[in-house]
Amino acid sequence: MSAVNMLEWPGFLAYSLQIENDAVERYTMFAEQMDVTNNPEVAELFREMARLEGIHAREIEAQIGSQALPDGASWEFEWPHGDAPESVDFSDTHYLMTPYQALTLVLEAEQRAVAFFETVERDSSDEKVRELAAEFAGEERGHVELVRRWRDRYPPPEDDWDHDPDPPNQLE
Amino acid sequence: MVMTGGEAAETMLKPKDYKSDTKPVWCPGCGDFSVLAAITRALSALSIAPENVAVVSGIGCSSRIPAYLDTYGFHGVHGRALPLATGLKIARPDLCVLVASGDGDGFSIGGNHFLQACRRNVDVTYIVMDNQVYGMTKGQASPTTEPDWDHSKLTPHGTRINPFYPLVLALASGANFIARASSSDPNGAAKVISEAIEHPGFSFVQVLSPCVTFRPEQREWKKIVRPAPIEATTDPAAAARRLMTDDNFYLGVLYKGSREPFEPEIPARLATERELEEEFCV
Repeated sequence: MSAVNMLEWPGFLAYSLQIENDAVERYTMFAEQMDVTNNPEVAELFREMARLEGIHAREIEAQIGSQALPDGASWEFEWPHGDAPESVDFSDTHYLMTPYQALTLVLEAEQRAVAFFETVERDSSDEKVRELAAEFAGEERGHVELVRRWRDRYPPPEDDWDHDPDPPNQLE
Repeated sequence: MVMTGGEAAETMLKPKDYKSDTKPVWCPGCGDFSVLAAITRALSALSIAPENVAVVSGIGCSSRIPAYLDTYGFHGVHGRALPLATGLKIARPDLCVLVASGDGDGFSIGGNHFLQACRRNVDVTYIVMDNQVYGMTKGQASPTTEPDWDHSKLTPHGTRINPFYPLVLALASGANFIARASSSDPNGAAKVISEAIEHPGFSFVQVLSPCVTFRPEQREWKKIVRPAPIEATTDPAAAARRLMTDDNFYLGVLYKGSREPFEPEIPARLATERELEEEFCV
């Protein structure tokens, strides 16, 4: 299999769909992590993010329709930072994280998505790709503002936010 | 191969289709989540039906992984995943057999099985999630722990003994495919695992997978790991030379051998439940 080209049609569509599908997978896993570690508020927040990214994925699928997509494995996509831009790093979660911290991770992911689509808009020589990349970048900028306002509803974490009187690494 | 979005959705299993409904109980931030994602991505890319996959494990945090996959699975006893998997593959050569382990389970309790599995070269893929600590038993030094790590009450001055070098031992013992991946790069890990599955014989993949609870400093690994500067070799001598300069953070495939896998012919036999009970009665 050859690498999927993000600057050409329909490779760009495949990239756009992969971004959303990866984000759904990641946020779903994070929601489950928070369920298991009894952090329901953040679990619900990640679950809502998975739902929203799923809506975006279905919108892109609708745009793809019957168009043929290159069939690339996940590693055929060459992301600027190794992982899809809207995917939060696996190691960035914490069982005591607050909604503010979770939404900061989400905000950074949306900002990476803006940068990704702006780069495609700038670098592609395909007019159709540039137009759609500009549209997606605009949508992602809207998401950045939305998440920022969402985060503003929560207080920043206290200095001792990760204090646990009975921590899992307490030796017996 | 090219297919439409609709066709792809209908015919291809997605990574999530390989996950079970059981929620992992690993600590948030644990690298094993990424390894789980990498395995599902590899299986999806290779289009291996879940019913044709068996994941065998031993004991430890990483060995919980069969429960989180919607494939066949066997959560075995400590250190004994490889003998179980070897027997399974010999009896059912049609199955894709993956073995999941950690550095304690795989290199200490199961250390000798590791050497013999490399020698025997049965066509299984051995994925060891290495976090250089026994996490499930609350943070003791493992065979791959640095000699000066002194955070455990059992080794307050560090172990002061040399760590185990899994890739070196795998090469010396005859593994047919040897690679290192990182949980910080789930797509890179998926690619390596898919190559390991496709390569005939015993394939060994060490995945650097941080324990954020007992080794929180391992979160920094993602800043240290990088692709190995040279391509995989088919020459064991060249692989050995490359390991002389390996700092344990180079990623990618080190070695792809061409040794024939061990595939003994087992005479086909249909046994009744009673016959089996008599044969295995002690």
